[in-house]
This record gives sequence, structure tokens and C-alpha cells, in this order.
Amino acid sequence: MTLRLDALGQRYGDHPVLHDITLTVPDGQLLCVVGPSGCGKSTLLRTVAGLQPAREGTITLDDAPVTGVPDHLAVVFQDYGRSLFPWLTVRDNVALPLRRRGLARAARRAEADRILERVGLDGTARRHPWQLSGGMQQRVAIARALVCRPSLLLMDEPFGSLDAQTREDLEDLLLEVHRTDATTIVFVTHDIDESVYVGDRVVVLSPGPASRVVLDLPVELPGKRDQIGTRRLPEFVALRSEVGRVVRGA
Amino acid sequence: MKRRQELALGGLGVLLAFGACEAVGRAGIVRRGYLPPASEVLARAVELAGDSAFITGIVATLRAWALGLGLAIVLAVPLGLLLGSVPIVDSAVRVIVEFLRPLPSVALIPLVSLLLGTGTETKVALIVYASVWPILLNTIHGLGETDPLAKDTLRAFGFGRLSVLLRVELPATAPFIAAGVRISAAIALILAVATEILSGFGEGLGIFMAQASLATDGTRDVLAGVLWAGTIGLTVNSVLVRAERRLFPWTPDRRAAA
Repeated sequence: MTLRLDALGQRYGDHPVLHDITLTVPDGQLLCVVGPSGCGKSTLLRTVAGLQPAREGTITLDDAPVTGVPDHLAVVFQDYGRSLFPWLTVRDNVALPLRRRGLARAARRAEADRILERVGLDGTARRHPWQLSGGMQQRVAIARALVCRPSLLLMDEPFGSLDAQTREDLEDLLLEVHRTDATTIVFVTHDIDESVYVGDRVVVLSPGPASRVVLDLPVELPGKRDQIGTRRLPEFVALRSEVGRVVRGA
Repeated sequence: MKRRQELALGGLGVLLAFGACEAVGRAGIVRRGYLPPASEVLARAVELAGDSAFITGIVATLRAWALGLGLAIVLAVPLGLLLGSVPIVDSAVRVIVEFLRPLPSVALIPLVSLLLGTGTETKVALIVYASVWPILLNTIHGLGETDPLAKDTLRAFGFGRLSVLLRVELPATAPFIAAGVRISAAIALILAVATEILSGFGEGLGIFMAQASLATDGTRDVLAGVLWAGTIGLTVNSVLVRAERRLFPWTPDRRAAA
């Protein structure tokens, strides 16, 4: 699904947050949005998700203007502890979005179990999210986002509160999912290395107020990415330095 | 504090209080008819368990209690959900709520008795009136405490306003509602017994106590009734606390303990 932002602007009262954001994310691209904290990355994501209406400009998905929450959308937030429902089991959390599809209970459960296995969580279906580690909880949130086979996946600093090892595992899980499903993904992060490692393309926002796009960089790295090899490549180091320079200088 | 330590200390407290009452009763400081020793009260309370007229009274009190509390839940929860999620209605009704809430419900007993007579209807009406407030206010408060991110999550999956209310706000508010029900359960018991005592005839634990207080040397029976009321209150409370722990194991204080 092609996402197009045209002169998008957002404000809270008189306080401008985003200004004149124009971007096209082609079908199947994994776009990383980087920027200093407080630059409006999350606001951008919430606006695309239809959780708050755009004040200026337009958003289109496959040339259809977006008003409200688009269909076939899934969102993963950073704070899995607040975004997973503690009163539901892991399986019921994952199966919840399927309720809108009119699937029978048994079919919903089967689908949830299938996707849980895919994210490496088989055997946890009947437990509750708060009984799992942080990394596993974020896997549950990813499974819940994938269960409806979204055409647009929005991720708001999804690995920001995880330890380094878990974060790398989940980055690789995301890349694997993206390779197989070719979903359009917008991935917000403040981690420059992460943006270059997972992204097909990195966009840097300037510090607020009225953030705009200050760098738009394709990430062309050879071969399949892996945590040790890719991060050592001269191309990776060069891209990371460039993004880093713009984020700091911007 | 360890659970065993807590139990031991609680037991010690009860024993000390019991011993003090026993001593005062036996020492002859006050006339035995006024304050019988604790052991006699306890023996009488146990004896009453076999008294079918007394048990019928207890059942009548508990029936009014359950009916009143049940009606209060059925009224207060939907009303709380409405007030908590539609600000316009909340602003319109808030003044009425704040006016009615501080009225002491016991003071309404004569008025309601006058209107509804002295039967079960009066008891139930007063119980409902007094029990509605904690449940109503806890429901509204709980709704306000619902995590906006949890609501956004459901909205982002395309669910509408009603789904968010039923699938996120209601379950997130449930522990608050349950706490309100527990508070109201105690209030309902007070109202049930108080209404019986003040209205003076019919059947019930309060009637038993009211009639015993008129008899010569009836103090023992009154105190035995008090013991029963306290035991019922304690039982109801611990059952509800247990139920809350079982139903809502995810609330932060319990999660830390798990």
C-alpha cells in the first residue's frame, strides 16, 4: 500500500509540531523516521494512524484520502505494558483485531496460535501478558499487529525500552516479517544505528517546534542483513555517520 | 509482614478484647444485666444458630441486603459508564449527585417508612439509595483512569467508540467497580439492620435486636445480635476481597505480590 503525505502539518493549539511534511512511501517499503526526542515523530505516526486529524495537508493511501483510522492498519507502540490488555490471555490479545473480521471463535484462536508460533511465542497462548518478559510482551504486540495481515504497519519506537540483545532479536524478527509479507512499514525510532539497520530508507526530522524533513536517504546495503556483519560494513558505517551528523546538526 | 504473623497478631487482638470484656463483665463493675461477660454473649450467639425464628430473621435481612446491593449495582454501573464517558450528561447530573450524596441515608428511614411502609420495600429502597454512591463514583473514577494508550490501541485496530467502552474501559474499570461494591456491601448491611431497628416490626436481625432491647436483661441478646452482624460483615468483606484477587490478578499491587 502506497502512503503519501502531502504538505502535512500538525499542531497542538497554537503550538506547531509538524510543518510541511511531504513524503511518499512506496508499497512494501520500510521507512524509518529518526529525529531528536520531542520532534514530533510520534505525532506524525498518530496522525497517519488517524488517531488525531491532520491540521494541514492531506494523507492518501493508494490514492484514497485518509479520514479517520484507515482499514488494514496496525500499530505497535513502545509501551507494550500499557497497550496489551492485562485481562486477556496472550492468545485473546492477539486474536482481538480479528473480531472485526467476523471470524468464528475457533478460527480466531487458530489464527492467533499460528501467528504466535511465527514470532517465536508458541506455548505462551494461555498465559497473561504481564507474566512474560518485556521482550516477549513486545512480541505479543507484534503478533497482534500482524494477525490481520495489515497493508500498513506503524511502529512507534517499538524496541525503545528493551535491552540490547532482545532489541537485536526483535529487529531481525521485523526484517524477517518484512521480507516475507512485504508490508509497507513506517518505523519511528530515536536510535540512529537501528534506523539504518532495519530501514530501506531513513528520513530525519528537524527538532521541534514545526519539525520538517531535513534528510531523506535510501539505505542500500548489500545482501541479507545480520547484526554482526552488516554493522561492520563500510556502507553501514558511512550511512550511520551521515544520519548521525544530520540528527545532531539539525 | 508475613501472613502467619498477621494472623497471629489478629488472633491476639481478638483474645485481648475478649478477655477485657469478660473481665469487666465478671468483676461486677457494672450490673451483669447491663453488660454480660463475653463468654455468655458468645454462647448465646452460638445457641441462636439453632433457633429457627432467629435464622429466618437473618435470612430476611440477608435477602434485603442482597436484593438492595444487586439493584444498586444494576443502577450504578450503567449510570457511571454513561456519566463517565459523556461529559455533557456528567455536567448536567453532577450537581444533583453532589447534592444527594452527602444526605445521611439513615436520616431518610422515617420518610421512606412513611411512604413505603415498614416491609422489605423500605429496607431495599434505603439500601439501594445508600449503596449506589460508592459504586457510581468508583465507576466514574475508574473510567477516568483508563489508559489512553489502551484506548488508542483498540481504535487503531478500527474499533468504534462502543467497542472501546466495552472492551477496554469496562474491563479496566472493573477493579474500581469491585472495590465500590465491597464498600457498598458494608453500607448495605448497616442500612438493612438500621432500618429494621428503627421500623421495629417484621422480621430480621435488626428486629431481633430491637425487640431484645425492650426485654428485661435483653442486653445479652442484643450483643449476640451485634456479634452476628459483625460476623456477617466480616465474612462478606473477606469473600469479596478474595473474589477481587481472583478476578483481577493484573492490578499493580497484586502483580508485585505474584
